[in-house]
This record gives sequence, C-alpha cells and structure tokens, in this order.
Amino acid sequence: MFDLFTSMPEQAATWSADVDWLNDLITNLSVFFTVTLTGAMIYLGVKYRKKSEDQEVAYITHNAMLETVWTVVPTIICAVMFVYGIISYKEMRTPPSSAIEINVDAYSWRWDFTYPGGKKSTNTLVVPLGQPIRLIMTSHDVIHSFFIPAMRVKEDVYQGNYSYLWFEPIKLGEFHIFCAEYCGLQHSAMIGKVKVVTQEEYEDYLVDRKAGDAPQLSPAEAGKVLYTEKTCNTCHSLDGSQTLGPSFKGLFASKERKLADGTVVPIDENYIRESILQPQAKMVEGFSPIMPAFEGQLSEEDIANLIAYLKTL
Amino acid sequence: MSAYAATDDHDHNYINWEKGFWSWWMSIDHKRIGLMYLGTMLMFFAIGGFFALLVRIELFTPGETIMGAADYNTAFTLHGVVMIFLFIVPGIPATLGNFLLPLMIGAKDVAFPRLNRLSYWLYVLSGGVAVLAIVFRLDTGWTFYAPYSVQNSTAVVAATTAAFLGGFASILTGVNFLVTIHNMRAPGMHWGRLPLFVWTLYATAILQVVATPVIGITLLLLILENVFGLGVFDPDLGGDPVLFEHMFWFYSHPVVYIMILPAMGIVSEIIPVFSRKPIFGYRAIVYASVGIAAISFLVWGHHMFVAGMANLTRYIFSFLTFFVAVPTAVKVFNWISTLYKGSVTWDSPMLYALSFVFLFLIAGCTGIHLATLSTDAHYHDTYFVVAHFHYTIQGGAVIGLLGGLHFWFSKMFGRMYNEKLAKVGWLFLFIGFNGAFLPMFILGMEGMPRRYFDYPVEFTTLHQMATIGAFVNGLGYLFVFGNLGYAVFRGKKAGTNPYESLSLEWQTPSPPAHDNWETIPIVTDWTYGYGKPEDDESHAGH
Amino acid sequence: MGHDESLPPGHFSYFEPEQAYHSSKLGMWIFLATEVHLFGGLFAAFAIYRWRYLEQFNEFAQTLNWKLGALNTVFLLSSSYWMVRAVDAAQKGLNKKVIKYCNITLLFGCGFFVVKFFEYKAKLTHVPPIVPSTHVFYGLYYTMTGLHAVHVLVGVVAIWWVRGLAKKNRYSPVYYTPVEVVGLYWHLVDVVWIYLYPVLYLLAGVSLGVATAH
Repeated sequence: MFDLFTSMPEQAATWSADVDWLNDLITNLSVFFTVTLTGAMIYLGVKYRKKSEDQEVAYITHNAMLETVWTVVPTIICAVMFVYGIISYKEMRTPPSSAIEINVDAYSWRWDFTYPGGKKSTNTLVVPLGQPIRLIMTSHDVIHSFFIPAMRVKEDVYQGNYSYLWFEPIKLGEFHIFCAEYCGLQHSAMIGKVKVVTQEEYEDYLVDRKAGDAPQLSPAEAGKVLYTEKTCNTCHSLDGSQTLGPSFKGLFASKERKLADGTVVPIDENYIRESILQPQAKMVEGFSPIMPAFEGQLSEEDIANLIAYLKTL
Repeated sequence: MSAYAATDDHDHNYINWEKGFWSWWMSIDHKRIGLMYLGTMLMFFAIGGFFALLVRIELFTPGETIMGAADYNTAFTLHGVVMIFLFIVPGIPATLGNFLLPLMIGAKDVAFPRLNRLSYWLYVLSGGVAVLAIVFRLDTGWTFYAPYSVQNSTAVVAATTAAFLGGFASILTGVNFLVTIHNMRAPGMHWGRLPLFVWTLYATAILQVVATPVIGITLLLLILENVFGLGVFDPDLGGDPVLFEHMFWFYSHPVVYIMILPAMGIVSEIIPVFSRKPIFGYRAIVYASVGIAAISFLVWGHHMFVAGMANLTRYIFSFLTFFVAVPTAVKVFNWISTLYKGSVTWDSPMLYALSFVFLFLIAGCTGIHLATLSTDAHYHDTYFVVAHFHYTIQGGAVIGLLGGLHFWFSKMFGRMYNEKLAKVGWLFLFIGFNGAFLPMFILGMEGMPRRYFDYPVEFTTLHQMATIGAFVNGLGYLFVFGNLGYAVFRGKKAGTNPYESLSLEWQTPSPPAHDNWETIPIVTDWTYGYGKPEDDESHAGH
Repeated sequence: MGHDESLPPGHFSYFEPEQAYHSSKLGMWIFLATEVHLFGGLFAAFAIYRWRYLEQFNEFAQTLNWKLGALNTVFLLSSSYWMVRAVDAAQKGLNKKVIKYCNITLLFGCGFFVVKFFEYKAKLTHVPPIVPSTHVFYGLYYTMTGLHAVHVLVGVVAIWWVRGLAKKNRYSPVYYTPVEVVGLYWHLVDVVWIYLYPVLYLLAGVSLGVATAH
C-alpha cells in the first residue's frame, strides 16, 4: 500500500508485510482525516473571519442528522480496524505445532538462548530460514521485554512464569533484538541480534562445539535424568497406567485437562511449571492432593529440562 | 443573562483584599488557591522541562553525550514523575478550575473552601516529599514497575509517598467540585445551561474520585513492600508484578482523561467566543465528555497488550479501546462546525484552541495504531508511544491550559498581555513541539525502544531533529511565560470583558471581588447565546 | 448554621443554610465511595492471592484468633448503635445526651484498640515472630487490619471533636451536620470491618469448590 508516511524496518517475518499493510492503511486514513479536518478548520476560520463589526452570524446550535452521521461513521471505521487487527494478530498468537522451541532466559542485562539440542548462546539467536520458531521466555530478575522490530514481535518477560512468542523468518541476515521494558542501568545495552541462516548452517551451528567440551545432554535428556532423580517416577507412569498421579504418557499431545473443580485448562509450559511448584493449585480430576510442592527445590533450568522431557512422551 | 448584580468597585478585588504571604497561604478563597496552585505548578513544570532538556541533550549523540546511563535514567524518571504527579495531574482543574468554577456557576466559592485549602497544602507537601526522590535519585521510570521498584527503596518510598499525597489532594478537589456543581449553582443555572468547561470538570471530578483511591492503595502496598517486605508484587517474595501493572493502569489510564478532559472544556469555551456562535452540538459534547470518562475505566489493559495476558483479554481491551475514538471524533467535528458562518477572530486564545484541535487529531489517530493489536505489538514501548503520549498531553492538555490562561488572563489579573508577542510565542511553541515529536513517530516505526540511554547509530539524525525541536519548544515556553509574567505586573489595564463573552464569569469585574457576587446572580439563558435571534425561545425558560 | 466564626468575615461560600447541610452530606457520601475503592483494591488483591495460594491461606487463616476478631466485631457494632443514638440526640438538640452517647461510642472504639493490641502482640511475640514478610497472607492481613485501624483512629478523633461541639451546646434541631457526617464515616469503618472479619478470620477451610479441603 501507499507508504509515504510510514517507515517500518525490514520485513523479515512471514507476517511483516501484512502488519505493514494494516499500518499503512491506518496511517493513510489518519493523514487523510487530519489533513481534511485541519484544512476544513482553517478554511472555515478564514472564510468566516470577522470582516466588519456587525457581521451576520448564523444561530446554529445542532443538527441531529449530521451528528448521527459523524458518530456512526467513525464507529464503523473503528470496528473495521478492530477486526483487521484481530485477523492479523490471531496468526501471531497461534504457533504451529511444528515450531522449533528455543528457551529464552532474560537477565539484567543479557539474553540467554537454549536450543533443542542443548546448545546455548548469549545475545545472539541463530534460527533457520523458513522454519517457525517458538520462544519460551522467562526472566531471572526484573521485567524485560523481547522485541525484534524486523519480525514485528514483542512480548514482556517475567520472573516466575513463561511468556511466548513465535515467528517464521523469511529473510537471511542479522536483525536487532531490543529489550523494550525498562530494566535498570544497562537497559539500553540489553541488545542482541537474530541471525537468520540456512537450514544447513543452523544444523552445523547446533553441533558446533569446541574440541574437548564434555558431551552435552539435550534438555530432554537432562529432564529424563531428573524424572527418576526427583522420584517423579514413583507416582507418574510413562506407560499410561494411572497410579497415585496422572500418567505422563501423551501429556502434551492431550492438549487440555479436566480439573477437579470441573474447569478445563490447556496443557502448556506454564501449567506444568505451576503443577511442579504448586501441585495443589490445579488438581486433576480423580486424584488426591498428595504431591509435595517442589518450590525452591528445582532450578529454572531443571524445570525447563523436565518440560522438554515431558514433551517427548 | 440579566438581573445579576456585581460589585462595581474596581478598587477592591481578591488580589488586593488582604496583603502579605500569610493572607495568601491561609486564604480559603478559591481564586487565590487557584493562583497559588498555578504558581507552584508552573515551578514544577519548569523543573520537569529542565529534566526533559537534559534527556534531549544526552540523546543528541549515541553513547555518552553529557552524562552516564545512571544519570540519564534518573533524568527521564524525574521528568516523568514531576510532570505527571506534580504538574499535569493537578493540572487544569486545580488552577483554572478552582478559579473559574464558582464564577461560572454563580457561586461565592466552592462547597468546602477549607478543604480546598487543605488540598493545596497537601499538594505542596507532596512536592516537598518529591524533592527527596530527586535527592535519592529515583530511577524506576514514572510507572514504578515492580520488581525493579522494590530494589531502590529510599527513592521509591519518597516518590510514591509524594504521589500518594498528591492523590489525596486530587480526591479532595474531586469531592469538592462534584458537590459544588451539584449544590452551588445559581438559580436558573440548570444542567442544560452549564458551561462545557464545567461539564468537563464534572466528568474529571468523577474520574478523580473513582480512580485515585486505587492508585492510592497500590502505592501504599508498594511502600509497605519496600519497607516490610510484604510480598504482593515481588516474585521473589511470592508476589505478582502483573498485578501491579493492572492496579497501576486502572488509575493511570483514566488519569490521562483527568489531564485532557478539562482542556477539551477550555477549547469548547474559547471557540464559540471567538466565532461569535453557539457551540455546535452542546448536548453531544456533554455526552461525549461523560462517555469518555466512563469508557476510560474499561481500557486500562491496552497498556498491557504485550504483558502476557490471555488472547481473549487482549481482544476485549482492544475492542473497548477503539470506542474511546468515537466520542473524541464527535468533539472534533463539533468544534470545527462551530466556525461555520461565524465571525472568527484569530486572537491568541483562538490560536491555541485551533492548534489543540490539530494536535489532538494527530494524537487521536496515532491512538488507533496503538489500539490495533497487530501494529501495537510493534509499537508498544517504542518512541511511537512517547510521541503519541506527548501529542495528547503536551499538544492537548498543556496547549489547552495555555489557551485558557490567555483567554482568562484579563479575568484573573485585570490586565492584558502583549498580543503580538503572544502570537510569536505560540508560533515558537507550535513549531518546536512538532519538531520535537514528529520525528519520534518515525523513530518508533523504525523500532527505537523508549527509555534508552544509548541507541544504534542509524537513529542519530532523527534524535538530533527531536533535540533541536525540543529546544525551540522550550524557547517558546520561555517566550510565552515571559510575556504573561510581565503582564501580571505591568500589562495594560484590560476592560471587564474584553472578548464580550456571554459566560457568567465575565459578568463580574476583572479581577473579581473577594466574594465574587454581592447578590445572587439569576441565570435566564444558556452560556452560548451568541447571535441568538430575539424571538428564539430555545434554552431559555424550561 | 453552616458556618462557624473561624470563617473570615464576608467570605461565605453558601447562599442558603440548607445548601451547607446537603453539601456536607453529599461530600461525605462521595468520600465514602472513594474509601470503598481504597479497600476494594485490597480485597481484590486478597482474593487473587487466596486463589493462588489456597492451601497456605487456609492454613494461616487458622492461626488468626477468631475469638478476638469476634469481640472486636461486637465492639464496633455496639459503637455504631450508640453513634446512631448520638445523631438522634443531636437532631433533637439534646447536647448532654450527645456527649453521653459519644462517650460510650468512644469507649467501644478504644476497646477495639485494646483488643487489636493483644492480637498484634500475640503475632509479633510468637516464635518465630509472625511479621508482614512471613507470607503474602500475613502481609495482606497486617495491611488490611492496619489500614482499617488507622480509619478507626481517625473516627475516634472525629467523634472526640463532635463531642467537643456538644459541650459548647452547638447542636439544635436546625444544626447537627457534624454529628451526622461523622456518624456516616463511623458506619463505613464498621461496614469495612464486617467484610474484613469473615474474609480474614473465618474463610479457613472454605474451598470455593476446589478439592483441597479435607
């Protein structure tokens, strides 16, 4: 669309062009209305400027027809904009299940990334071209906000739960990552970059390790160790048999779960996290509240690893 | 308007009624309290402006220009805290509202004059405590987001205590105005005849009374969290930082309308007088004002579109936010239509009123970008928001306040400022303001996050434009207040009603007598009967 | 009526006496609405955290002394009754009775503080001491009861002032605004406690349908 009035960054994600189209539409309408109305105001002000002391003025107090029109028209325009906004936003909030999941850990003032294979990086997020990427983000201190202008995505990151983002890069190259929520002294230095590379380069990157490094466990493998180490196995089976606690078999595949109070909750990272730390908060229908709370006994990394393992079952 | 009687004794007015500091400090006269509020507030405006210029100088180049990151963070925080809590929240109601409300409705004073004085004292106390926040170098941003605000205890406790006291003052003003408007109107001044400025003060007072206690309790919890480790907002103590955001914005969104609604009222007063026409669509403007106040309580979530809320919640808040645009648009149409077939003079109050309409159009339109979910994901917490907010508050509330100050200046002081200089000052202000904030929209589009001490080099040019604009803007303020300040003492004597307004406040001498009216004024027509034909019976009688 | 001598001469904000009476009452009602919002924020926070930490909230609620709370409820309810009597007496211009009823109201108000003192003391001398940072439950408990106690204190001072005016024989069938307005405030303080008491002291074990109650 006509984009003389806008200046958006590179379009590096699938939806960047859609967002920009809507942005251009709103901006063009804004410019049109601002110019027309200001023009009308100046025109009327000059045309009816005071020319003589006894200038005739019209005693007009209102006009029901006119006022109805200019109430209804903006209402319709707003409703249309709202719907457009929702349509393009819905996609941004619905990650495909095939997405590559990368954990993001925010600290004052750096971003740590953990890839599916266990590879870690700081401030540089390497992702393959044309693959949906889902970020599972948590903060270790104050609030941060993960922002990639080129991908048109942003989401705040909190301590104590996960927030999510997803995008699919369509352009090779390097793009800014900014922290968009003020987080103290070095807030403006909490800058990283997304490096979009080809699939081969990405795979090379994941296995690239300095010689002599200990063989690395992937998050899922580390989670499997924790599963027995923390004695989850005594109550939660892997084969679907229901013992003292619900079985872990097909946990994430089942998508949602019925609770004892009749409500249904979606099974996502935040639900699992809460059920580990505060098992009594959401009781599964048909089970007793006997699991001890693991609050303070697991590190953030342990929790992320356990979740990665549960996803493989 | 007829059958009122005013004191014609020009030698005795509220200014020379009693002399000396204590006669002002202890005064319960709404006009004196309004002036004291104005003086104190403008002092804080100057301080806030000073911090703003420090911020702009620092951003002239990427990296360190004149100060380090710590100083920069303190400077932008104090700019926000001082401007919001000490300048624009008391804003128009406490100054022009205090001065004009009783005069406009034909009352001798507000309903509770001593409460009014207490409100001013609390405000001064709040300013005093806020100085501690400056001393202890507050660096949380004016939003005090937890858990960051639980780490810099002393300064946070000082600043939030100041905001708490200011909130108390705000509540007392709100209660006072609501009761005044309900119970103190002169005979014949019924609801359908109230000046629109009074209507907007009424809507504002409702917001002050309903929203302010919530920020009060939020800040109190934050203070207790800092002092006693309460654990309500800090996740380390089991609290929830998102709860703070909800409680904070439940107040801080309506507060934007506390700032802007009275400015809309001022514009609705100025345009009819300088067009010699009745305001177009009086009822629509009244409904729009009250409507904006009502909707403003339902849209706080748009400050949290990227704060991890559920999708449905985001949709609902986006939907509601769009409907703020409708009453706002209606008002703009009404103001412009008022000019049609009028007799328009372009005096300085009118310049401010019309530039308000232009600037507020930009502010409103960019609000649509931010209400739309998919574009907001990009714009949230960027310079686009900074620009949008300043168009609303500086371009709206402050320009409205200046328009009102020019319009009612001779009412308040009985003197007139230099009109030519006033126009030059306005021009500086207008050019400087747009020069400072238009580039920020583009910065926001390009992805520049706000509250950044340092920035990637590609943003340098736009930042430098903004800095130059900010200085022209500041120069404009010096000009405007220099002109007005000089006129307070040395200005030409002005007539009682230089603009031939029909509104009740202009029917007393300027400056008004100490007790406003000797006998009760009796109102027989509405405020906007400009050019009313002799045989027209509308708005009269009832 | 409506004005006392401390107003500077020539500065009357009211044209008619009834305006003063109605304004004061309306003003107090609006102020009470702001108080409801003030406490409303705390109740909302309490509800959210109770839902989140249901088990702990149930457990800690049992450590609160519901008997002392009940005693204070009785004190406040009784004081409200005597406040009503004081307003009634003022409307009839019976200044002596106003003093008497205010005295009884004040007695109950002070009794409230005595009970509160022992309640807080028991918490703070507990081993280990129970302080606001012990858990968000206690944080909210201290904040809510503390803020309420501050309101009771303000009420006691206001009633003392009302009583002082009665000593000067100021009330008559045409002027009794202070007693009535302070009475309104005192009832609000009472009403807030009527909600605080069950929410803090009596909800232990009530599960709102979640299967954690045994």
